Amino acid sequence: MIVELTSEPIDVPRLIAHVNKPSNGGICTFLGVVRDNAEGRPVVKLGYEAYESMAVAQMRAIVEEAMQRWDLDDVALSHRTGELQIGEASVAIAVGTPHRAEAFEACRFIIDTLKTRVPIWKKEFFQDGAVWVEPVSSQPSAG
Amino acid sequence: MRETGRPSPAVPPAAPAAIGVRVLFFASLADLMGDRQRNLDLPAGATVSDALRDLAQGAPDFASRVPHLSFAVNEAFVTADTPLSDGDELALIPPVSGG
Repeated sequence: MIVELTSEPIDVPRLIAHVNKPSNGGICTFLGVVRDNAEGRPVVKLGYEAYESMAVAQMRAIVEEAMQRWDLDDVALSHRTGELQIGEASVAIAVGTPHRAEAFEACRFIIDTLKTRVPIWKKEFFQDGAVWVEPVSSQPSAG
Repeated sequence: MRETGRPSPAVPPAAPAAIGVRVLFFASLADLMGDRQRNLDLPAGATVSDALRDLAQGAPDFASRVPHLSFAVNEAFVTADTPLSDGDELALIPPVSGG
């Protein structure tokens, strides 16, 4: 299992190689990348801040849940911190499974769950200022 | 220390009269509070809500943010009525936007 926060560009081939086991017939990857606009407003760059120790613990818990639920061999999950330019990957997931359906489902579960409860925050930088993105619907619940 | 030979009374160690808690601020809340962390002294038995009341003093815009926050004590999500202990790390977590 790879679960990490990194301030360096995410090494996607390394994540894929990690889950490329002889028993697997499919590898599903997801990359979140920096978009050049926020609802039409041009974005110059993004910044990501994390409560690092808790974020890694939450990411690991999500991966372990997915591994159990879909009986996965291995998963690799990496999230960037710091400043990112347009087109760079902010998050990368690689899931390897014997058959493809589980790989797609597990990959989707991991990114969707990460977005609801891992303490990481995104700041959008515009030409004339910057704002923290705080989706109202993403409130993690206790427990 | 001198032994008196008398058995020591079976009294549990007294709870401290005050507890120290380290509060962490992130993202927009760090901007609002002008800092990334603060040490609070609270009465024994204080809860997360008590810590929030304490923080609201002297920070007029803080209270309006509280309904949008989640809370973690020592890296585990908790509810606002959770009691705090001496040495706890209380993180105030604005709506997350990773991914």
